[in-house]
Amino acid sequence: MKALLFERSLPKFAAARVASEWRSGSGARVGPLRLTDVDEPDLPAPGWHRVRPRLSGICGSDLATIDGRASRYFEPLVSFPFVPGHEVVGELDGGARVVLEPVLRCAARGIDPPCPACAQGQTNRCRNLAFGHLKPGLQTGYCSLTGGGWGTALVAHDSQLHAVPDSFSDQAAVMVEPAACALHGALLGRGGAGHETAVVIGAGTLGLCTVAALGRLRPDIETLLVVAKHPEQRRLARDLADCTVVEPGELARGVRRRTGSLVLDSGQLTGGASLVFDCVGTSQSLSSALEVVAPGGTVVLLGMPGQVKVDLTGLWQREVSITGAYAYGTELVAGAGTEAAVPRRTFDLSFELVADAGLERLVSALYPLTRYREAIQHAAAAGRRGATKVAFDLRPTRKFRTKEMHA
Amino acid sequence: MSRPGFVLEVDRSTPPTLCWHGEGFKLLRLPEGSRILYPPEPVDALKDPDDAIRQALLHPEGDMAPLPTLMKAGMRLTIAFDDISLPLPPMERPDNRQRVIEAVLDVAAEGGVDDVVLICALALHRRMTPAELRHALGDRIYDAFAPHGLLLQHDAEDPSALVHLGRTDHGEDVEINRRAAESDLLVYVNINLVAMDGGHKSVATGLASYKSLRHHHNVRTMQHSRSFMDQTRSELHTSNWRMGRLIAASGVKVFQIETTLNTDTFPSAFGFLQKREWEWGARDRASFLAVSKSLERTPDRLARSIFQSIKSPHKMSSVQAGEVEAVHAITTEHVYRQQLVDVEGQTDVVIFGLPYICPYNVNSIMNPILVACLGLGYFFNLYRGKPLVRPGGVLILSHPTPWAFNPVHHPSYIDFFEEVLADTTDPVEIEKTYEERFATDDWYRHLYRTSYAYHGVHPFYMWYWCAHALDHAAGVIIVGGDTKAVHRMGFKRASTMRDALEMAEDIVGRDPSITHFHCPPMMIADVH
Repeated sequence: MKALLFERSLPKFAAARVASEWRSGSGARVGPLRLTDVDEPDLPAPGWHRVRPRLSGICGSDLATIDGRASRYFEPLVSFPFVPGHEVVGELDGGARVVLEPVLRCAARGIDPPCPACAQGQTNRCRNLAFGHLKPGLQTGYCSLTGGGWGTALVAHDSQLHAVPDSFSDQAAVMVEPAACALHGALLGRGGAGHETAVVIGAGTLGLCTVAALGRLRPDIETLLVVAKHPEQRRLARDLADCTVVEPGELARGVRRRTGSLVLDSGQLTGGASLVFDCVGTSQSLSSALEVVAPGGTVVLLGMPGQVKVDLTGLWQREVSITGAYAYGTELVAGAGTEAAVPRRTFDLSFELVADAGLERLVSALYPLTRYREAIQHAAAAGRRGATKVAFDLRPTRKFRTKEMHA
Repeated sequence: MSRPGFVLEVDRSTPPTLCWHGEGFKLLRLPEGSRILYPPEPVDALKDPDDAIRQALLHPEGDMAPLPTLMKAGMRLTIAFDDISLPLPPMERPDNRQRVIEAVLDVAAEGGVDDVVLICALALHRRMTPAELRHALGDRIYDAFAPHGLLLQHDAEDPSALVHLGRTDHGEDVEINRRAAESDLLVYVNINLVAMDGGHKSVATGLASYKSLRHHHNVRTMQHSRSFMDQTRSELHTSNWRMGRLIAASGVKVFQIETTLNTDTFPSAFGFLQKREWEWGARDRASFLAVSKSLERTPDRLARSIFQSIKSPHKMSSVQAGEVEAVHAITTEHVYRQQLVDVEGQTDVVIFGLPYICPYNVNSIMNPILVACLGLGYFFNLYRGKPLVRPGGVLILSHPTPWAFNPVHHPSYIDFFEEVLADTTDPVEIEKTYEERFATDDWYRHLYRTSYAYHGVHPFYMWYWCAHALDHAAGVIIVGGDTKAVHRMGFKRASTMRDALEMAEDIVGRDPSITHFHCPPMMIADVH
């Protein structure tokens, strides 16, 4: 089968890192990713199915990997060579469409009894990502045995599959996984006094999905500010939620206005936003988050950060919390007709969010695998080029061409 | 005898006309048949202004006793004076305020008055720096009062320094400076650069609080003032007059001293700026070329600094003192005598070349909101009768309109530009949705009181000043403006005047009538 294969090659890693310093996404040309013919992955055990991807998204973490910028933290949690791609809508052998929940947790690894986190439905916190009958791999798309979404076939366990309603287009379905990530992060930091002021830094796919989730699932947030760099991002943010959109340089002033804060000579606000969602994950974005978060507030890290350099003095002095938000699992949300919170799978909530917010509009461009370099460079420059989500189109009958879907 | 202003009709022999463009100017060749309004030449200055001031104090206008008879030992005397926004550009020393206040202090000293406080009537403007105060008042006054805490700047946000005198019959709160209100005599020293200044507006606005000012600094008032230069048709002034009469009825005794200036606006090195182009001599042409070429190579900051350092040679042309309304009636006649230009009929398109300075960017940056205010709030309103541009016409402003702000002077302007104008440019909507939040923001309040910042609500007032023009004209085009900044304000941007005129044709039709308002020096179009 045709697949984009990512191999372990230190010289190519280094080349990708150097090239990406010049231009983000350049790792696709010089790095360890190549288009090749590989064998279809075997079914590892009963309960596994072959999935033929239809659309497969390009995620920020994929770009970091391709550009050699991913942290070495992940090394023991992946197995080489692997086929990337974890944002997948595909088709089972019988033709049923499914969305992949890619975390390779205890259930997929044949580990029984499951770890305490998996037992509680917090599958994103699974302790066994490198164990069981699979090779290491925190998700499909990082494991050498399962294949990934950037190939024409992968294998997935029962526990990873979610049926796609007929009403969902492929574009809507491919947004379920990134929206689930955003939704999980958006539901963190609850329990405040209400009337919260929240900030979302970054308006790429993750940021915009977070904005959509906050607007629908967080009635305690009274004021929402979104930092968006590019015009199309600003338009989409305003479309997705009742929010104030500011440019990066305007954030501190925007938060100051909304919170009635005073300002110290250093520019540090005396007050700030009770919640800040960092959907970028750079030193700069985290520093911005710490500048505008209120004393006692929380910074939720949704964007994959890697190694960052920030001054944590303010965090210490103002008793600010930073919490990570990785993937998805189970969320406690208000049940229908009851005030009591009930557990629901993040993916189930995500299907609802994608439908309600119309998140399929975030899919801006589709590429065939053969144009993967172009696709990756487009994804790396998505905001600047007025795009949000760029995905591979692996549907066999489709006449491939790039299509700007939401000009 | 100075020559009056006049309207020139452009023909083949007309030389290019000078058009201001921020810290610079351009020569425009306008289509034949266009009109150019030239201001009157400067009227004669008072030969002995100090003597004229003394005479005015001794022979007051209206129902007011001579100043020496009002001075009694043991009394409380407050002298309030106009702030940095007047005159424009700042005048060469001695400033009118210095001359007048020195004369008043002499009279006070002769009367044995020793409880004297000076208050800068800055309303919601920024405080003046010590250097600016020293320039306006002179070293003698500054050194006598400032070190002893007797030279104050009005603080519209200090409840303990304000007193509520009541409400007018229109329900308008009148709240002014407590020291001024509770003094036995309040002397107000005014510089009337334009007809809008002075009268009851001096105390009712200059020494008022936000609570009081909001009754006339609002969209409705601005839209119903036709124009600010004609007190009888200005809702802004009508409201101030009601307040002024209430202040007088409350027992506040105001001795008003108003001075006017001639329009000798620029020093000799820039003399060409106030001459008619066909009368430029060799020296004027050389100056123009030298200044223009130098400016092309000068960084923006340096150019700004050069222009802001200009001190105007304008001279006192009249002084009158006494009861507020009687004084102001005479003052207004003097201003009209200097500035009125008869104009027959309105025009489809008006061109305003905007200079580097307006009342709110002295020693500062002309930010985009101030550009809009100068063009649409001030220049547009420099008329009597009816606006120079016809209803549904087009206003073309020429200014670089940089997206640049002075963060010390204009902090709330930055926020207004980033947040409010990004949401809406409709003055009514802006007033309804945003004004109160900005007006009561503790940070702006802090900066206004302790730093040199305009009040949080001030950019709103700037935008409201534009309300009448925005209602009246069908389009606003800024030539040479920063694209993003112009777009943020909801206007169109043109690269050249030729492009702007073509764009204007889309609105007013082909072959429009065009008028260039050749200002400064100041003038008022008396449109019949």
